[in-house]
Amino acid sequence: MREFEKPDTAALRTKYPDAFERPAAARLATPAMIVAALAVFIFGLNDLGFEPARFIAGLKQLGWITMMMIPPDPGTSLPLYLKALGETLSIALLGTTLAATLALPVSLLAARNIVPPNIIRFPVRRFLDSIRGVDTLIWALVWINVVGLGPFAGVLAIMVSDFGALGKLFSEAIEAADKKQVEGIRASGGNALHEIRFGLMPQVLPVIAGQVLYFIESNTRSASIIGIVGAGGIGLQLAEQIRVLEWQRVSFLVLMILVAVAAIDFISGKLRFAIIGRRAVA
Amino acid sequence: MTIAVSILPEQQLAALNAAYRQAVARKRLRLFAGAALFIAALILAAIGAEVNLRTLFTYFGNFVSYFDRILTLDSGQRVWTDPREWLWGWYKWGKLLGETLLISYVGTLIGAVCAFCLNFLAAENTSPAPWLRFLVRRLLEFARTVPGIVFALIFIMAFGLGPMAGVLAIAIHSTGALGKLFAEIVENADMKPVEGVRSTGASWLSCMRFAVLPQVSAGYVSYALLRFEINVRESSVMGFVGAGGIGQELVVAIRKFYYSDVSAILLMIVLTIFVIDITTGWLRARLFGRDARS
Repeated sequence: MREFEKPDTAALRTKYPDAFERPAAARLATPAMIVAALAVFIFGLNDLGFEPARFIAGLKQLGWITMMMIPPDPGTSLPLYLKALGETLSIALLGTTLAATLALPVSLLAARNIVPPNIIRFPVRRFLDSIRGVDTLIWALVWINVVGLGPFAGVLAIMVSDFGALGKLFSEAIEAADKKQVEGIRASGGNALHEIRFGLMPQVLPVIAGQVLYFIESNTRSASIIGIVGAGGIGLQLAEQIRVLEWQRVSFLVLMILVAVAAIDFISGKLRFAIIGRRAVA
Repeated sequence: MTIAVSILPEQQLAALNAAYRQAVARKRLRLFAGAALFIAALILAAIGAEVNLRTLFTYFGNFVSYFDRILTLDSGQRVWTDPREWLWGWYKWGKLLGETLLISYVGTLIGAVCAFCLNFLAAENTSPAPWLRFLVRRLLEFARTVPGIVFALIFIMAFGLGPMAGVLAIAIHSTGALGKLFAEIVENADMKPVEGVRSTGASWLSCMRFAVLPQVSAGYVSYALLRFEINVRESSVMGFVGAGGIGQELVVAIRKFYYSDVSAILLMIVLTIFVIDITTGWLRARLFGRDARS
């Protein structure tokens, strides 16, 4: 067997000093960050009242609750729950559609390739950001003040909060669109509206449709909880059953939500491929 | 240079035109059918959601005037004319916002650690056994599909009112969401280093530590930061059900019609979220360069 040559360590050391003797700052950076992260974590545990005794007692209680949940059983209120689930699905579908309809024109204003001046784009973007920064549940509370308790407030809440998110996503999709088609329309004498309608929309619509479908899916989740503050849907039933400690019904309701989300997942996946075709989703 | 465009004779052109029209008509029909179905679904949904346009139009003024009211102080002045009166509770609210941030920080960290422990078991290329992978995947799916606030409600019954329930709810939800994303990063990792490490006789654990982890850790941190951003938003409403943070104060202000307080708290929440978004975005760019976001 051939002997390996001993590497010339001294020469390597002079050639790559950083690999052998890293500066102290570089060596200490990672441990320092980890220590800082841990310190904040421990401070947080302390500040938020994590006591081991309380935690263990809670876990015991949680185990007991889990035992109580089996088997899932709707009792006699299955029709009521099905109606609530239908309400939730309606809220998600309607809220997302309205949000998309409203967001499309606004997103044009927020896209760099449509509206070049920063003076218009900047406030529109910050406006969308602020709407997005406020959680759906908060919007639900606001709308309850306006139209009263019930699913309609939920629709409006989903509409407003998604308006912020979709507006941003749409404007990003529009900015990513190819400029050549638009230039073609302009070259053949089209005006600004023609450019948008015939140059931009055919490129952007499939992407937008994919995003809207994805949002309907994720909104089924949000719509299932806005009932907790009284804006209709299955969340109302869920919160009520948790408060009266009917754990078997709680687990049944959770299962219903899981099944509904999985079903919507499946359908919207199929639809997305049908609309977008073989092109990848952005 | 000119190019002569050849024009087909009439009969040939007629056949082609007819075929074209038929194709377009078929496409239009399909589009029309799809639109009709969609509108039918919308109408059904509108009935299901008890949409009442008359209520909306009657009360739409309320929506506008609601913003008018939350931007007016008790004295009848606009809020921004007297910031001291408007933000009178800034110290208390700032503390609660700090608690909200702490809830999302601790929750995200616990969730990220749990997701880190589970993701190698859930990824297709590193999972030691198919049944284990199936089990872990279903577990993560469950943790991510049940909304965080539902977990919070259940945990409040177990652990009592307070931020502990909020932290645990956020931790579980983050475990589910991050576990899936982490596993996807691992599935994209290069397997050759793993083969190299395994060829030296290393155990599964060493393979993960020395071959997979160095490739994926940057992606992990990036996703964890993104999750932190989302969790700040989510923990701002944890207080609605009594799980700590600023939400408690906000829900009281909204329910009791302390109008100017509502706008003051909302302003502080939105500003905090802006700051967090900008900071984490900056941090991500610093750590992984501009393109790490996708």
